[in-house]
Amino acid sequence: MITSSRDIMLLPTPFHSRVEAMCDMNDWGNWMGYTTPNAYFDVELEYFAIRSTTGVFDLSPMNKYRITGPDAEAYLNRMVTRNVSKLGINRVGYAVWCNDAGQVMDDGTIFRLGEQDFRLCSYQRADDWLAWCTLGFDVTITNESEDLAGLAVQGPTSCTILTLLGCEGLDQLKPFGIAHFTFEGAPMMVSRTGFTGDLGYEVWVAPAQAEALWDQLFEHGREYLIKPIGSYALDMARIEAGFIQAHVDFVPSEEVVRNGRTRSPFELGLEWLVDFSKPLFNGRSALLAEKANGSRYRFAMLDIEGNKPAEHSFIMKGDKVVGTVTSAAWCPTVKSNIAYAQLEMPHGAVGDELVAEIYYQRELHWTRMLAPCRVIDGPLFNPKRRRQTPAPPF
Amino acid sequence: MTDYDAIIIGAGHNGLICGSYLAKAGQRVLILDARDQAGGCASTREVAPGFRMSDCAQWLYQFDDAIVRDLGLEAAGLKVGARKRTVALQADGDHLSIDGDFLRGAGIGTKDQAAFQAFREQMDVFGKLMLKLYRGRAPKLVDANWPDRLTLMKLGLGLKLMGKTNMQDLMRIVLINIYDVMNENFDHEGLKAALALDAITGTNMGPRSPNTVYTYLHRALGNQLQSKGVVQVMGGMGALGDVLQKVAETHGATVRLSSTVQAIVKEGDRVCGVTLSDGTTLQAKAVISSADPTTTFRDLLGYQHLETGTARRAAQYRTRSGTAKLHLALSDLPAFSGLDTAALSQRLVIAPTMDAIESAFNPMKYAECGPKQVFDISIPSIEDPSLAPSGQHVLTALVHYLPFAPKGGWEGQRQAVLDNLIEQLEAYAPGIKGQIVASELLVPPDFEAAYGMTGGNWHHGELSIDQALMMRPFPGSTQYKTTIDGLFLCGAGAHPGGSLMGLPGRNAAKEMIKQGAFA
Repeated sequence: MITSSRDIMLLPTPFHSRVEAMCDMNDWGNWMGYTTPNAYFDVELEYFAIRSTTGVFDLSPMNKYRITGPDAEAYLNRMVTRNVSKLGINRVGYAVWCNDAGQVMDDGTIFRLGEQDFRLCSYQRADDWLAWCTLGFDVTITNESEDLAGLAVQGPTSCTILTLLGCEGLDQLKPFGIAHFTFEGAPMMVSRTGFTGDLGYEVWVAPAQAEALWDQLFEHGREYLIKPIGSYALDMARIEAGFIQAHVDFVPSEEVVRNGRTRSPFELGLEWLVDFSKPLFNGRSALLAEKANGSRYRFAMLDIEGNKPAEHSFIMKGDKVVGTVTSAAWCPTVKSNIAYAQLEMPHGAVGDELVAEIYYQRELHWTRMLAPCRVIDGPLFNPKRRRQTPAPPF
Repeated sequence: MTDYDAIIIGAGHNGLICGSYLAKAGQRVLILDARDQAGGCASTREVAPGFRMSDCAQWLYQFDDAIVRDLGLEAAGLKVGARKRTVALQADGDHLSIDGDFLRGAGIGTKDQAAFQAFREQMDVFGKLMLKLYRGRAPKLVDANWPDRLTLMKLGLGLKLMGKTNMQDLMRIVLINIYDVMNENFDHEGLKAALALDAITGTNMGPRSPNTVYTYLHRALGNQLQSKGVVQVMGGMGALGDVLQKVAETHGATVRLSSTVQAIVKEGDRVCGVTLSDGTTLQAKAVISSADPTTTFRDLLGYQHLETGTARRAAQYRTRSGTAKLHLALSDLPAFSGLDTAALSQRLVIAPTMDAIESAFNPMKYAECGPKQVFDISIPSIEDPSLAPSGQHVLTALVHYLPFAPKGGWEGQRQAVLDNLIEQLEAYAPGIKGQIVASELLVPPDFEAAYGMTGGNWHHGELSIDQALMMRPFPGSTQYKTTIDGLFLCGAGAHPGGSLMGLPGRNAAKEMIKQGAFA
């Protein structure tokens, strides 16, 4: 628990003193009830830190749940759409989970720490749903959100910096692997995961070690041009890398009020996460029916002509509006204008030629632009170093 | 190749009826029951040597004629007695007799007599519509298909055809409580209480609880059937179970008793059979559970085999009950003040006022056994002497309200509660205490243990609007289907609910045949 000298509505994270000291922009946002910086000094430079050196992002507000007990694996297998049995110990898996109607409630990562020991990181608070899911299972759920502080350390020089910090042999860690170290006499967990599509790690310590971790990381990383990054820079990186985000690219199904505004995994391009060979998981029968009868929407990645981000654009096929954009950014590294769109079926097949209706303003002058775009197969940014083991030195 | 087309869990009346209809339609049916006697709650038990009593249900209120006809139950030996009057016992011995539309005694006035006739007429109008709704699957409101839309249109038309006043009255009262409705209609306290007792029998509700108009209508449905009221089954209620077993077997179903189903077995994503407690696994195209929904989903299938939403709904399904049963073996016919032998063979009710019923209900809410209960008494050995040794008698009584789990547990206070109940009877039947050869009190946990009814609830789950009709037992598992392929419901936990109607079993069979469940 982080305490404050007075009653405040947004909570500070365990890194707050350090974050605040480096947040030159003083530009703050509200991430799930925590004060987090939108930008530290310059969004573009922060972005380039991720791609060229190392960017550090405070991800402590993520919700973390420990799931233990004899039925922990069976419990998670019933809850999420992917097959958790295939996840080895000290491995991490991306997962989505649905309600009974097969509509996505949230996405997150599952860390397998032992045979009967998992950690689930979710975007949403999930205490109620996780508790309801325990009916019939011998599991214990513990909310560890305030017991763990986390930093995403992302970029080409991240492995080198963390090795200097004491993570010996970290270069041997495969993508989605977990390694355990000691920091200041306390456990420190490092996973080769992230939200940037680059070589990168997430580092987890107890809140008591948070400030020391930050200090030493920046100390060791100074020569490797380590920089703190805010949520705006991270957003650019994740769009470039092809990651969707809850509340942006879909609305968690339990928060949706209006009929038909939820999305299934198929409608979010996540069919690869749905394993029908499992006899039971939440939403299975609804998703089987959707598979047989067809989906309403298709998630599409668009490569748009020009350099004006197609934020909130309508997507047209001829004169007809066939969808809208949920995320859009000019992606500096791949030098492409990328957008994610939800398109009505049957539109959005790879190679489909569509038009984005983009509005932009210069000095109170609005311009409407019809930019041709094309549905692409996957993210354009996909560097080798993201997958290489040993991690290449920089 | 599966062993059977259908395995039915539970040889209660609904299981047997469902099995009979399916076997009649040519399916290979196996009906399993843990008990050594078929019939479930339609059961007769020798409580003391030579004294046989209806162990659970004691009255037939609303057993559907259509089933009697379809399955030829009379030819198979089902005998019911004459229609009973309800005699509402009054403290001064001037009792109120309710006989069809007519009221007598207890100083009943012409105003109440007229009001009663008007009330009965209106209940008949409502009952007719309800019976239509009860004799088929309840239509879904969301995702309704054409048959459901047709049912809804007929229901709407039926409402319209009742006339404006009746329709408005039905809409107005269906969600409120019987206490207010009785006060609206009648002045006589004894009359109000006797009618209100019908609304709370087998429930966890008092007369002032919402939903009790719905449960009253559920009960009053019997007036639309041939029996037009309450009857006793000759041979005790178990005779109904025996006849239904015989009929099921005649139609080709196999009834296997003393066979406890331990688990419902899934293969992949569908149910494929059951495992018995002796380890045998039996396979079928469909498993149909007449066990209550909690037993079915929690104990036999396991919540871990359901999607979370369904598991939650099953876990929240309400199954409390305040109904207990008093069994007395008597050396002689008891002498109730002011009643002759003919009157003694009727349905006797001790519920002086609605407030008395509500006062009996109040302590139960706090897991306490109150000082006074209300009684619904049968002395079936007068009409059916075979139930007791010559010249001797049996008395059974439904008693409201006693909690499922009283503070301090049942064992320490069972005898005291039993003695208190007998003391309460003594006030109306002086000397009955001296006639008692054997006595027994069955409380809700006893019914749970003996008949597998979770919470001891006679309806297999509270029959309230939120758990009735298109929401019975809960959304997603209606129309006799569950969320899992191959698993169906045919017990009182399915539409239209409990109290020896037989309709859940009949409707389930018809629906499954129509939907091609055995294809």
